[in-house]
Amino acid sequence: MKRETLRQLETWRAQKHSCAVVSDTASGAQALVDTATAQGDLNFSDVQLAEVRQRILADQSGVMDGGLFVRVYSPPARMVIVGAVHIAQALAPMAKLAGFDVTIIDPREAFVRSGQLADIHAIVAWPDEGMDHVNPDSRTAVVTLTHDPKLDDPALAAALRSQAFYIGALGSRKTHAKRLERLTALGFTAADTARIHGPVGLDINALTPAEIAVSIMAQVIEKLRAEAA
Amino acid sequence: MTDNLDPLAQLSRWNAEGKKTALATVVATWGSSPRPVGSHMAVLDSGDFAGSVSGGCIEGAVVDAALEAIKSGAPKLLEFGVSNEDAWDVGLACGGRIQVFVEPVA
Repeated sequence: MKRETLRQLETWRAQKHSCAVVSDTASGAQALVDTATAQGDLNFSDVQLAEVRQRILADQSGVMDGGLFVRVYSPPARMVIVGAVHIAQALAPMAKLAGFDVTIIDPREAFVRSGQLADIHAIVAWPDEGMDHVNPDSRTAVVTLTHDPKLDDPALAAALRSQAFYIGALGSRKTHAKRLERLTALGFTAADTARIHGPVGLDINALTPAEIAVSIMAQVIEKLRAEAA
Repeated sequence: MTDNLDPLAQLSRWNAEGKKTALATVVATWGSSPRPVGSHMAVLDSGDFAGSVSGGCIEGAVVDAALEAIKSGAPKLLEFGVSNEDAWDVGLACGGRIQVFVEPVA
């Protein structure tokens, strides 16, 4: 890899700009490609360039027909956690370790600044305002943990209006049933609310906040990787 | 992601310091393999490295190949597997097979 290629790649990664490095593994010839440009030593056919760009969009590294290797660099998946509660204390560092960009939203500053959350990006605001700020996309998971309707519901409504790949809400079956009634009253259909995982997490008989965080993390990863599998 | 888990960030730091380096990348995997396609390992000419391309089975051989690539200036495609009988002679305990592209940064 040329130093200038590495520098440009690092600039784009820092800007969270999706791109790919395409390599001829026999000669070492290389090109840096994004959805608008292709720079380097490789001369692509239109078909090859289209496949590289399709792979960038699908976040799918691998060897193309003809032998060129494509390494896609996508910005990390994001996790938005609403409620800086006990489970968040375990979930936020776990998600960070798994490579997610983590944001916590909670209007209660004392909660946000406590314990394990000190080095996690936080938005101290009401969830509707906070969710506007994070603007969830198809690589974002949204997890609500307060089980307080006035905090969770606006966040879930914003998540349902977005392309978030995962939406989860903490609370018992009973709490969740009431929540669905409220969201239905807001105009969401059964198909909309079926996107919410509630009770949240895989059923692994989790008991403690850390164990519940593991079950949530596992379910988020299951959803994130489902499309590539 | 924190920097110590990010081999490319380490590679960039080494390059900014004017050091000689190589980059190893998992290109393809067959069967069970510990690290996915695209996994990187940054290698410094001292033999120090950051990141991994397997669960620790072949890192030593990849470092050797990287040092050679730094010296020769030429890239190389390596293949490892249980039945591998090439010069590297390193098997993967998991029974998988992987290809690793090693390239000098220059």
